[in-house]
Amino acid sequence: MKKKIVIIGGGPAGLAASIAAKDAGIDDVLIIERGEHLGGILLQCIHNGFGLHTFKEELTGPEYAARYIEIAREKNVEAYLNTMVIDISRDKVVTCMSADKGIFTIEAESIILTMGCRERPRGALNTPGYRPAGIYSAGTAQKFVNIEGKLPGKEVVILGSGDIGLIMARRMTLEGAKVKAVAEIMPYSGGLKRNIVQCLDDFGIPLKLSTTVIDISGKDRVESVTLAQVDEKSRPIPGTEEIVPCDTLLLSCGLLPENELSTQMGVELSPVTGGPKVNESLETNIPGVFAAGNVLHVHDLVDYVSAEASQAGKYAALYVKALEAEKDDNLTENSESSVNAKSYAVTTGIGVRYTVPVSINPDRMDDLLTVRFRVANVYKNPEICVYFGDECIMRRKKLICSPGEMEQVILKKADMNKLKSGDAVKICLENV
Amino acid sequence: MESRTLTCIGCPMGCQVTINYDYINDTVDMDSITVTGNTCPRGREYAISEITNPTRTVTGTITLSNRDGRVAPVKTKSPIPKSKVSMVAEALMTISMEAPVKIGDVVINDICDTGVEVVVTNNIE
Ligand SMILES: Cc1cc2nc3c(=O)[nH]c(=O)nc-3n(C[C@H](O)[C@H](O)[C@H](O)COP(=O)(O)OP(=O)(O)OC[C@H]3O[C@@H](n4cnc5c(N)ncnc54)[C@H](O)[C@@H]3O)c2cc1C
Ligand code: SF4
Repeated sequence: MKKKIVIIGGGPAGLAASIAAKDAGIDDVLIIERGEHLGGILLQCIHNGFGLHTFKEELTGPEYAARYIEIAREKNVEAYLNTMVIDISRDKVVTCMSADKGIFTIEAESIILTMGCRERPRGALNTPGYRPAGIYSAGTAQKFVNIEGKLPGKEVVILGSGDIGLIMARRMTLEGAKVKAVAEIMPYSGGLKRNIVQCLDDFGIPLKLSTTVIDISGKDRVESVTLAQVDEKSRPIPGTEEIVPCDTLLLSCGLLPENELSTQMGVELSPVTGGPKVNESLETNIPGVFAAGNVLHVHDLVDYVSAEASQAGKYAALYVKALEAEKDDNLTENSESSVNAKSYAVTTGIGVRYTVPVSINPDRMDDLLTVRFRVANVYKNPEICVYFGDECIMRRKKLICSPGEMEQVILKKADMNKLKSGDAVKICLENV
Repeated sequence: MESRTLTCIGCPMGCQVTINYDYINDTVDMDSITVTGNTCPRGREYAISEITNPTRTVTGTITLSNRDGRVAPVKTKSPIPKSKVSMVAEALMTISMEAPVKIGDVVINDICDTGVEVVVTNNIE
């Protein structure tokens, strides 16, 4: 089977990409989703606060997903559900597996990677010994409570103050559990401010910063955990131990882009984000293979996932059209094929951990290009600066920047002619 | 002059909004209010409502009686007084409905005398 654009994963990123690809004039678009429904992880995020930027109203996760599912349906986007992609080759042959069709392959002209992310394994939990029942990742607990209707426990300690952990602190409290504490090993929370306000402060749940779990006791089921404060090097400080009786420990230790398929096919990953390195078109090092959403870098706002994925969908469509133009007319020189000639690197300076994209070809960018990034620490009153070579071309004051909240700068195509050959576009913080 | 700095929860931007106000006979003097730090008008509204009448949207689940204990997500259609959040959450635990349900289906017309509807937030066959 042949398809023009194949999208791997039917979460918000895959849905937005499919709609944009259709809008850009490519009809033959297929989404492959291993789950039973489209919508991805949003289906278990039943709290509200999604979509204010996109729809100017506050929606819950499933409602936000439903808006996009509806649009995709109206545009006749094709989707294979209950179908798992098990391999993608470098020349874009996608191998899939499903209960009714068995194993089959699809030859794609362009591929958009939108597989989302998974929860970081128990790395943060370095306690010795064996594990009693009652330890769950926050995402698993979210699925239990919000879809299966089961409460994992009655007395809860949460390790890690990522958003899912914060959301689950409130959720389990409202379901009648007692959340005794949220322990965070870092001196700041990795979660959104508003989640700390709405999910912890509102219910008087203590957030213990610079604190970790050093011991878990209980044979068959968790009976208590021991919390201890840590020093700057994350080492437990003797004498600060506190035993907290509980029957459940939730781990909310962050998310990791799901890139096994990408690595297998030869997509280059950023060691910082764990997602593909992409250019201004969200294209990976393999031409015609694009990435967006949490598979590219972990987002905290689904609105930005949708916006980013729309770009990927549009660029995939342009790629397919350029291929067709090439096929139609082998003889004309193709200006598109020399596209990489004029790329500038995007580099990170003080305070900036990574950027998406990592390179920009001004010829291929839209009038405006959003560069997204995360900062390395909590900074008060920083200035976000963009340098072209040595020249500062943009400076913006912020009240606060924190690693939990994605930042962005918007570059104008009109400015890009200020770049001299050999220059890099540098994003950094000043006044920190 | 009273001053409070709040994190606006109107959207995930989470602006730090500072509100200054005076009291007249124990109620907030609406004319004295000044708000700074908000990116959009919702931030001002939020800060004012947090000092006068704080509200929250409650989300939760109800049991689907014909789906083996599985649940459907629901929300209060508009925010309810913050003081009633726990009461509403408890009330939701006792409610069940039969699938199929769809987004917007009304579960209950007036939850805990708030005058607010509770509606379904996903389509479940
Ligand atoms: C457990 C968890 C809970 C979260 N909770 C929140 C929250 O409460 N609030 C919030 O704002 N954000 C939350 N997030 C972040 C949220 O994931 C993003 O906002 C958004 O859903 C990302 O969209 P996406 O399309 O990139 O990824 P996803 O929504 O994860 O979608 C990826 C899709 O790809 C499919 N897929 C993956 N691999 C394959 C394969 N090999 N073959 C076929 N299909 C595949 C998956 O089944 C999934 O449907 C959560 C993330 C996780 C992991
Ligand atoms: S002030 Fe506006 S932009 Fe800022 S958090 Fe509130 S609603 Fe969002």
